[in-house]
Amino acid sequence: MVFAVLQRIGQMIFVMFGISALVFLIFFATPGSDPAARLAGRNASPETVEAVRKEFGFDRPLPVQYAIMMKRLFITQDLTSFVNRGYKIVPAVASAAPVTLSLVAGAAILWLIGGVFVGVVAALTRDSWIDRGLMALALIGVSMPVYWLGEVMNLVTQSRFHDTWLFSWVPALGYKPLLVDPVGWFKTLIIPWFTLAVLYIGIYGRVLRANLVEAYQEDFIRTARAKGLSPARVMIRHALRTSLIPFVTMFGLDFGVLVGGAALLTEVVFSLNGVGRLTYQALLNLDLPMILGTVMYASFFVVLANALVDVVYVLIDPRVRAD
Amino acid sequence: MTDASNTVLNDPALPTAVAARPASGPWQRSWRILKRDRATLLAAAVLILIILSSLAAPFYARYVSGTDPFRSNLSARITIDGKRTKVMQASTEGLGLGVTPIGPTWSAQYMLGADTQGRDVAARLLYGGRNSLLIAASSTAICLFFAAVVGISAGFFGGVVDKVLSRILDILWAFPVYLLAISLSIVFISQGIVIGPVEITGDSLLLPIFIIGIIYVPYVARPVRGRVLSLKESEFVLAARGLGIPAWRILVYDILPNVSTMLIVFVPLMMGLNIITESSLSFLSIGVQAPDASWGTIIQDGQTLLYTRPAVALAPGIAIVLTVLSLNVLGDSLRDALDPRTKLV
Repeated sequence: MVFAVLQRIGQMIFVMFGISALVFLIFFATPGSDPAARLAGRNASPETVEAVRKEFGFDRPLPVQYAIMMKRLFITQDLTSFVNRGYKIVPAVASAAPVTLSLVAGAAILWLIGGVFVGVVAALTRDSWIDRGLMALALIGVSMPVYWLGEVMNLVTQSRFHDTWLFSWVPALGYKPLLVDPVGWFKTLIIPWFTLAVLYIGIYGRVLRANLVEAYQEDFIRTARAKGLSPARVMIRHALRTSLIPFVTMFGLDFGVLVGGAALLTEVVFSLNGVGRLTYQALLNLDLPMILGTVMYASFFVVLANALVDVVYVLIDPRVRAD
Repeated sequence: MTDASNTVLNDPALPTAVAARPASGPWQRSWRILKRDRATLLAAAVLILIILSSLAAPFYARYVSGTDPFRSNLSARITIDGKRTKVMQASTEGLGLGVTPIGPTWSAQYMLGADTQGRDVAARLLYGGRNSLLIAASSTAICLFFAAVVGISAGFFGGVVDKVLSRILDILWAFPVYLLAISLSIVFISQGIVIGPVEITGDSLLLPIFIIGIIYVPYVARPVRGRVLSLKESEFVLAARGLGIPAWRILVYDILPNVSTMLIVFVPLMMGLNIITESSLSFLSIGVQAPDASWGTIIQDGQTLLYTRPAVALAPGIAIVLTVLSLNVLGDSLRDALDPRTKLV
């Protein structure tokens, strides 16, 4: 057990090193272009480019450059933007993180409830029109680009139907901090939560239905039914319990990736100033140090989340624990 | 006695075994399953329609809409119901300053209205479809090729090859796809890329094709590797090895055919995913670069017009949903017909 955990930590450190090396290669060692000019941003003066070259040690060997980058990102945390002079990157990421976390956490609750509901109802009504309808809706949910759905939601709730009783409660786009204005926080986030959750309700509903249908062909379900247990009990205590185990891995990965920046499309459409929107604005300004910072912090977060999921997995699944 | 049995055998009402079961190889059987499903046929029809209309984009721009969809057209005037109208109309909202592009006319010219540059949205939608489909198809080909090479080598050769490839895949797997795509795009689009004598400029379509093709390789390579590993332990491969058949023959005649069905199932699913990824990157302005269009860039163009001229952003989104939905339906039924065990991720 202890050995397994140590092994997992070792693997995590290896992956973190691999990712940081990859990011370093992409940003600093792409063939045929000058990394200093790129980091300095569009229309930077030759002096700025020269300063960047010195600051990041581009005249020194690659391992030294890598060490300088990592030191400035994680130890001294003094990486600054050149497009917005003096704008410190690490504190900017830290202050944007709660917005992203609020968005993803709310959406996650919605998609877990929605996904389990869709999967269970579809599996119970297998091959009926309810099942087919739910699966068709799930497939449409999976096929929609999230940012476009967000725009449609904005069109409906902010413009076309905003003056009707349905959506008159929807506040203007933007984020309100939870501790300052809890009601406003909730109201501004409902529509983004729903938008972000649709895709995952589709995915989770489809996966859960497939798992449940498979589980119902297993011996232990037949035994449970033969014992005379009620259909509800068979579903909840026996079928659902085993079918939810793969969900833990999926959920951990998806949650990590979303907090790590994959929610940026939703943040952009709804003007939520999270880590994703920070990245987006940096994209528009070609502010590469900022993107370097958000990418590195976000992917490290994802690696940590994955490692955590593996530990939880061992705790909940007795079959894995036995090994 | 013999006469009687002959009449029974020759009775036309009795279906003979041969007539009841026409060609029955695995491919024919799969094709029969596919043909029966109405949803699959509908999806295929929708897809063919979208591809054909995208291919017809130059004809549409030339003979129907009659304007160049890649040049701004701010002073154009068109005739609707016998009245001359400006394409960029004086704004009726607020102070009446500024201009709003014309909305959907539902006639040949500006059928879906104009964008902020006065360009015909319907014509751009067709041209955008060409790029979206082209990028999705090419990046799918790249992704499946590399995933097959990596997955099969790792699974078949095992040992050090497998260790190294699997470690690299682990790293890519842990790297969130959008962040990887953003990092690659921003670096290449800001300065282009030069490899030896080949120079690719920042606005080339090759960049999104290459980037989208690469980022999903681990997602396909992993299941391919798993499949090859289980095939290697299967009885027919063990039998072949026992017969002393060389490794390359086993690879080509036993492993590849069994992996190919899996790869075929991945084609529509990956294409759907790639269309969404391409449109998202283009929406973030790091995919297809102006003046080229794709469905994603048109949605981005329509963002500022969302409340006044929603058609600009709605139309390409509907095109994406229809295309990706058809591809997903096709992917699901291909999986049921060819290879029910295949799972993405």
